[in-house]
Amino acid sequence: MDMQVGPILSALRRHKAGAVLIALQVALTLAILCNALFIVHQRLSHLSEPTGLDEANIFVIQNEWAGKASYAQLDAEARADLEVLRRLPGVADVTTSNSYPLRGAGWDDGIRLRPGQLTDTTGATVYFADEHFVRTLGLKLVAGRDFRAGEIGVMAAQDRLDPAQVIITRALADTLFHGDGAVGRTLYLAGNPATIVGVVERLQAQSVARWAADFAHRVVIVPRRLTSTLGTYYIVRTHPGQLAAAMRAAPAALVARNPRRMFDPRMGVLSFAQVRERAYESDRGMATLMGVISAVLLAITAAGIVGVTSFRVGQRRRQIGVRRALGATRRDIVRYFLVENLLVSGGGILLGVLLALAMNLWLILRFGMQGLSPTYLAAGVAVLLLLGQAAALAPALRASRVPPVEATRAG
Amino acid sequence: MFGYYLDLALRSLRRNKALTALMVLAIALGIGACMTTLTVLHVLSGDPLPGRSAQLYYPQLDPRDMDGYQPGEDPPAQVSWTDGMNLLRAGRAHRQALMTGGAVPVQPAQSAIEPFFEDARYTTADFFPMFGVPMLYGRGWGPADDQAHARVAVLSRKLNQKLFEGRDSTGQTLRMNDVAFRIVGVMDDWRPSPHFYDLNNGSYSGQEGVYLPLGTAFELKLGRNGSTDCWGGKPSDPDHMDTAPCVWLQFWAQLDTPAKAAAYKQFLVHYSQEQKALGRFQRPPNVRLPDLMGWLDYNKVVPGDVRLQAWLALGFLLVCLVNTVGLMLAKFLRRSGELGVRRALGASRREVFVQLLVESGVIGLAGGCAGLLLALLGLWLVRKQPSDYAALAHLDPAMLLATFLLAVGATLLAGLLPAWRACQVTPALQLKSN
Repeated sequence: MDMQVGPILSALRRHKAGAVLIALQVALTLAILCNALFIVHQRLSHLSEPTGLDEANIFVIQNEWAGKASYAQLDAEARADLEVLRRLPGVADVTTSNSYPLRGAGWDDGIRLRPGQLTDTTGATVYFADEHFVRTLGLKLVAGRDFRAGEIGVMAAQDRLDPAQVIITRALADTLFHGDGAVGRTLYLAGNPATIVGVVERLQAQSVARWAADFAHRVVIVPRRLTSTLGTYYIVRTHPGQLAAAMRAAPAALVARNPRRMFDPRMGVLSFAQVRERAYESDRGMATLMGVISAVLLAITAAGIVGVTSFRVGQRRRQIGVRRALGATRRDIVRYFLVENLLVSGGGILLGVLLALAMNLWLILRFGMQGLSPTYLAAGVAVLLLLGQAAALAPALRASRVPPVEATRAG
Repeated sequence: MFGYYLDLALRSLRRNKALTALMVLAIALGIGACMTTLTVLHVLSGDPLPGRSAQLYYPQLDPRDMDGYQPGEDPPAQVSWTDGMNLLRAGRAHRQALMTGGAVPVQPAQSAIEPFFEDARYTTADFFPMFGVPMLYGRGWGPADDQAHARVAVLSRKLNQKLFEGRDSTGQTLRMNDVAFRIVGVMDDWRPSPHFYDLNNGSYSGQEGVYLPLGTAFELKLGRNGSTDCWGGKPSDPDHMDTAPCVWLQFWAQLDTPAKAAAYKQFLVHYSQEQKALGRFQRPPNVRLPDLMGWLDYNKVVPGDVRLQAWLALGFLLVCLVNTVGLMLAKFLRRSGELGVRRALGASRREVFVQLLVESGVIGLAGGCAGLLLALLGLWLVRKQPSDYAALAHLDPAMLLATFLLAVGATLLAGLLPAWRACQVTPALQLKSN
């Protein structure tokens, strides 16, 4: 291929404004595109993070009691409710807790390793559990054992949080003990010592907000039923295929046992799929928006390249005719405009890479984003190069159809 | 002359429909995206109580023990019962109110309405005059009702509509949590955004339905919503929150002049020293006194995503404008012949320049109109979102005007370079070559 870049460059120098504008547009588009797609990637990867639960077969009930009762009465009521739920057809197991993964609110506490320690080693979500918790949620024990029925205590909100045993997640065990065995060791929760009896492979925290991202999987499970007038959650696991039927039957069965209760119309009974959808609504919205903006940006940039290249072709019809008359083939003409476009977009891409990195740095400082992965930069460069060449192709083909006789015309 | 230029512009735009459409579309997309995100940002970063916010302050103290103490740390975002009550009793501000959020089971007398939970605010009497709450019927309760833990309630207009079909319900009784309350007032529509006085349950959450005296709610052990931060290794006990080492209440003070605010801050320092001497506080005095807007800033209530989207949209508009500059340059230079004729017939450079700028203005105006439609569509989509601020996303007259100013201004700016380049043509050269 014999393509003289020299004449192209000198032609570009004579028509600077158009070339600079195209390059600038390519640069800005590349900067925005890389960062936007990277944000999409981050939001979406967060979305598919597993909770550790058997999500397909789980639903949750938020039960609120109307009227007053003592904590002892509330606990008796809750246990009676759990029995009713366990007897429902299609139900595999039932447990109760103060919260559940992705709920967005719950109990977080500091974990320390020594009694006199002044600051927390890490924060962690605290889930209250009975002996059905691990089985109902479908958690996988990787070390130690599950709670025994005798270890489960009742705790009112004013009691001290001082369980003798706890189960923790592997993520928390890794943070606290850096891979040494956790079972049998002691941690301090709210200032009180607790022995770790088991480690589960994975269980997500209650919050998916960015402030909680550092301890997203650091969880302590305590063998207590928390009795409270507000916020008692029943977590139900059904046999495969029975979820919808059990979700309909459960509230009715509970009301039939004791009608003095209320289910929130929005949050009262939710399948885990709905819980997940709610938790990640804003992330999904952001990803969609970024995706749409990126697509429209690419379309606009392509349209701009087509417009300006068409103009250049129109401007140089006579010159093209002369070249054709002097023996240039149609392929030569197409190649000329494509190489010209490649030079212009290449310049834009060089500038765009710098802009993209600068923009990423600014996003890191201003919004706490992560560093842009080189894969995204490379993909952005490839997309824009291809797009630029595709957009220049139509005007270039039109140029190649200029007849040699054009050379003899004025213009 | 302007009319003639306008006519020329319209003719020229009609001559090359595809290019014109492309320019208008690019401007419209840029303006639409920008105005959608800027409107959301504008609504969310607005002043919830215009005219009053500069006199409202949110005192912060640090009552915690030395556990985990780090010098320079921010004081807690709420106050304890003891401190709240002390500040309230001291009465050093023009008005002051201590409050928390909650939820009460409402048991309507009408059998047609099932019992339901309603969001509530437990507060003290100054809440209503201090925040300038508009009343539809009756009024808020007085300090004597606070003292007496009176069974009185103020309802929101919405709840009054639901329970009493909008009639004046003052003097009527409403049962909540098995206790009879006398309704003393019904508020008119009032939804300050952000929900500045309590940012614990969503910064843009809607209004509470029921307002009760704080002492009454505490005595009746009504359910509370919000965040509780405790120290001393003990969890909070809902039955003894008055003595618990926990912060869980919001305290607001109205201070009419900066001098009074400065004096109040001094008072807070003295109070902290006094409490430290008494052994209640252990840390060195650490007080803050942000005003309302300062408090919102400190809490970063405008979601980061919204700011990010606005920046992104501005970048998007910039690409659209660069694109338009390129297309306009192509369009204007292609007309060198026509412009040469005009120049040869006596039009000055200035006149040609103005003519081309009018043409860009027309493109901007068309782009602005189309952009406005896109912004309305965008805002409609935002309102479909589940976030608690979604319902607030509406275009106000200021933003409507801003849309057109931005569209026309940006397009004129984009037209400057192409118009300048186009009026550089030498008349004679163009005439000859044509």
